[in-house]
Amino acid sequence: MKKSGILMTVGSLLLLGLFIFPLWNIQLGAPQYPDPLGMNIYIFGIEGEEEFDIQNIDGVNKYIGMKKIPKPEEMWEFEVFPLVIGGMAALGVLVGILGFFGILGPNWFLAWFILMSILGLLGMYDFNNWLLDYGTDLDPNAVIKLTDEEGNPLNYKPPLWGTDQILNFEAKSYPRTGAYLLFLGMFLTLIAFFTGRRVEKS
Amino acid sequence: MKHIFKFAALGVLGLFMQSCGNNTESSKQGSGGLMAASAAEKVYVAPGEHDEYYGFFSGGFSGQLSVYGLPSGRMLKVIPVFSQDAEKGYGYNEETKAMLNTSYGFVPWGDLHHLDISQTNGELDGRWIFTHENNTPRVARIDLTTFETVEILEIPNSAGNHSFAITENTEYLVAGTRFSIPSPQKDMTIDEMKGNFKGPMTFVKVDQETGGMEIAFQVIMPGFSFDLAHPGRAASHGWMFATTYNSEEANTLLEVNASQNDKDYIVAVNWKKIEEYVNNGGGEMMPAEYAHNVFDHHKHSATSTMKEGIMTVNPTDVPGAIYFLPTPKSPHGCDVDPTGEYIVGSGKLAAQVTVHSFSKMLKAIEEENFIGEVYGMPVLNYDAVLAGIVEEPGLGPLHTEFDGKGNAYTTFFISSEVVKWRLSDFEILDRKPTYYSVGHLMIPGGNSQKPFGEYLVAMNKITKDRYLPTGPEMNHSAQLYDISGEKMELLLDFPTIGEPHYAAGIPADIVKQNSKKIFRLDENEHKYAVKNESETRVERDGNEVHVYMSMVRSHFAPDNIEGIKVGDKVYFHVTNLEQDFDVPHGFAMIGANTAELLVMPGGTKTLLWEPKKEGVWPLYCTDFCSALHQEMQGYVRVSPANSNVELKWSLDGES
Ligand SMILES: [Cu+2]
Repeated sequence: MKKSGILMTVGSLLLLGLFIFPLWNIQLGAPQYPDPLGMNIYIFGIEGEEEFDIQNIDGVNKYIGMKKIPKPEEMWEFEVFPLVIGGMAALGVLVGILGFFGILGPNWFLAWFILMSILGLLGMYDFNNWLLDYGTDLDPNAVIKLTDEEGNPLNYKPPLWGTDQILNFEAKSYPRTGAYLLFLGMFLTLIAFFTGRRVEKS
Repeated sequence: MKHIFKFAALGVLGLFMQSCGNNTESSKQGSGGLMAASAAEKVYVAPGEHDEYYGFFSGGFSGQLSVYGLPSGRMLKVIPVFSQDAEKGYGYNEETKAMLNTSYGFVPWGDLHHLDISQTNGELDGRWIFTHENNTPRVARIDLTTFETVEILEIPNSAGNHSFAITENTEYLVAGTRFSIPSPQKDMTIDEMKGNFKGPMTFVKVDQETGGMEIAFQVIMPGFSFDLAHPGRAASHGWMFATTYNSEEANTLLEVNASQNDKDYIVAVNWKKIEEYVNNGGGEMMPAEYAHNVFDHHKHSATSTMKEGIMTVNPTDVPGAIYFLPTPKSPHGCDVDPTGEYIVGSGKLAAQVTVHSFSKMLKAIEEENFIGEVYGMPVLNYDAVLAGIVEEPGLGPLHTEFDGKGNAYTTFFISSEVVKWRLSDFEILDRKPTYYSVGHLMIPGGNSQKPFGEYLVAMNKITKDRYLPTGPEMNHSAQLYDISGEKMELLLDFPTIGEPHYAAGIPADIVKQNSKKIFRLDENEHKYAVKNESETRVERDGNEVHVYMSMVRSHFAPDNIEGIKVGDKVYFHVTNLEQDFDVPHGFAMIGANTAELLVMPGGTKTLLWEPKKEGVWPLYCTDFCSALHQEMQGYVRVSPANSNVELKWSLDGES
C-alpha cells in the first residue's frame, strides 16, 4: 500500500498546479489580428495572454453585442473553484497518507477519483454554459446583428474544446498547463487505485 | 454572413488578378531573361515577410527622413523631422509646434542631409538616428523605439550646417559650417570676407543613456567650407576628419573662384585633446542664442528652451589638435575605413581618389613634416601622409563606403558609376553604371567598424527616363546592388522622397524587437489627457475652451458640444484610449486653420480651432479605424459671441 499511497498523494498535489497555471486558453485570431488575442482561464479568474488582450477582445466583441469578459468578482465560479480544488487536493492527500499507513483501502482512492471526475464534469458543464451565454446572450442594440439561414441570431459561442470559425475570427479553445497537471494527477490516483488493489489481492 | 464572405472573396480575387496583371506587364518589360529573374528573386520579399535591413534615407529638401525595407525597396514610413507634416500633424498640433522653434522663430521647413545611426564600440547599436539640417543649422535625434523625432538642437554661430558625423561610441556628434560667416555675426562688407569669416565646427555631446544632446564646444575654424566629416575609428578613434572646399575663401561666383586651388584640405581634429582643454578650463564663452527642443513621450509634448552662450575654442590655443592634409580639388567625401587607418578623400573635380594613411599622418606629425601653415595651424606634407591613389577611377568621385572585406566602393557623380576597389593595393575591381549622377551611396554599417557587406544602395540626383514620367519633377532614383560577390550586380531601382543625400542601413534584427506597439495609457502624463470616458469634459476659461476628449472604436466622447461662441479659442485635447497595436484615430474639425491630428493608441494630441461663424459644425475621425469608422463623428454648436448658451457636452444624451 506504500507505493499506491504515495501515488495518491502526489496525484492529489498536482491539482494545486491550477493555482499557478491556467486551466484553459481561448485564442481569437483574425486577418487583422495576426498575433491572436488570447485569454487564459484560471480557476480564480480570466486574464489576457498579453496585457491588453481582454480589453481588446471586449472592444471587438462590442460590435456583435457580446458581454464583457467577466471580472473575478462577477462570477461565483471564481470563488468556488479554488475552494473545490483546494479541498479536493487536501482530501486526496489525506486519503493518500491514510492509505500509505494502511488505514484506508484503495477503494477510497477510486471514490476520490469518481468524485473528482463528477466535479470536473460539472465544472466543464458550467464552463460550457458560460461560453454559451457569452456567445448567445447578446445586447439587442448591437450594431452588427447577423442571423443564420433559418433567421435565428448567429451563435458566437467559442468551442469548449477545439477550433471554430466565428465570423472573421478563428477561435481556438484548448486546455493549458493547469489542466494537464489535473489530468496527470487524476490519472495517478487511478493508477494508485489499481496498484493498491493488486497489492491487496496478492 | 454568406454575402460578406462572397464579397470578401471577390475582393481577394480582384487583388490577385490585379497583381497578376502587374506581374506579366513587368516581366514583359524586364530586360534580360535569366539575369532579371535572379535579380527579382534576390529582392523578392514574399507578402507578409519582413525585409532583412532597415534603410534610413535622408529627404534632403523635404526635411524628412524616410524608412525603407531592403532589399525590397518598399517604403515603410516617412518620419517628419525638420519640416511640418500635415499627414501626421507634426509641427501643426500644439504638442509638436515647439519642435520647429528656433532662435529665428518658428521655421516650418528644413533641409535634412546626412544621418548616422548610434554606435557602441564602433558597431551599430540601433538606438537612435542622428541627423542635421543645412539651412537653419540644427541637429536632431530620432528614437528607434517609436521612429519619431524626439530632440532638435539648434547650432548657433554657424551656417550651412553640413559636415556631420557621430563618433564611434556616440560620444559626440560634429556639425561643421559650410557657409562661413562673421563670428560672431556682425554687419560688415562681404568682400572683406577673406580672413574675417569663420567656419565654426561644433561638437555636441550625447548622453550615453538618454541620447540627450548638448553643445560641448565650438572650434572657431578658418572661413573655409566644411563639407563632409567622418570620425576616426579603432586606431584613429579620438580624431574627426572633415573635408574643406573654398580654401580660396571666395565670396562670389564660387563655382569658378572656389575651384582655383590645386589642393584643398582634409582637416584632422583631435577632439579628445580639445575636450581635455575645455575640461581643464580652456575656451571662452561667446554670446549666442539657440533653441533646444525636446519631445517627452510621457507628456506626449515637446518643450522648447532658449539657451544662451556657447563655449568657443580658438584652435591655435590648443597646439597639436588640428592638422591640415592637402587633398586634391575641392574634396567632398571624407571616409574612414573600418580599421581606422585609411582616410579616403574624394576630390569632386579630380580624376583620382586620394587615400591618406592615419599612421603616416601620426608619423608626419611627430617628425613635424609640415609644408606650411593655415592661420597658424600646420599643413602636413602631402607625400608624407599619402597612402595611395586610385588611378583613373572615373570622374567626380564623391563618397566611399566599405564592405568590411577589404574593399571600398566609391561613387562618381560626373561619370554616373559606382566603382569597387581594393584597399590593400588601390586596384579597381569592378565598375557599374548608376542612373544618373550618383551622389552618396550606402552599405548597411558601411560607416562603422563592422559593415554588413551584402548590399549597396546608390542615391542619384537625376532621374530622367527611369520611371513613368510625372511632369517636370521626378522623384530621385536609388539603385540597389548585390555586393556579396566579386562583381556588383544591379538588383533594383526605386524612387525616393525629396533628395536623399545620404542613408544609413542596419540589420532589422537589431531594431525591430524594440519597436513600440502602443503608448501606455497609464503612463500618459499629458496635462490634458483623459484615462477613460468618465473623465471627459469641457472647461471654459475666459474665451479659451478646453475640450478633454477621448476616442475609442468608434466614437468620440463627448461628441455633442454646445455653448461655444464665435471668437473662442477651442483646444481639442484628444486622447486615444485604445491599447491595441496599429489602431490610431484621427481628428479633424471643419474650419480649423491647421492640420488634422493623428493620435496613436495611448497618446494625446491637441488641435486649436477658432470658430469664426455661428452654426453647428461637424468633427470626425480621419483614420479608417474600424467597421464603424464612418460613424465616428460629432457636432459642435457655435453661438454668437454675446450669447448665453450654456456650456454642455454629451455622448449618447449623457454628459
Ligand atoms: Cu476612429
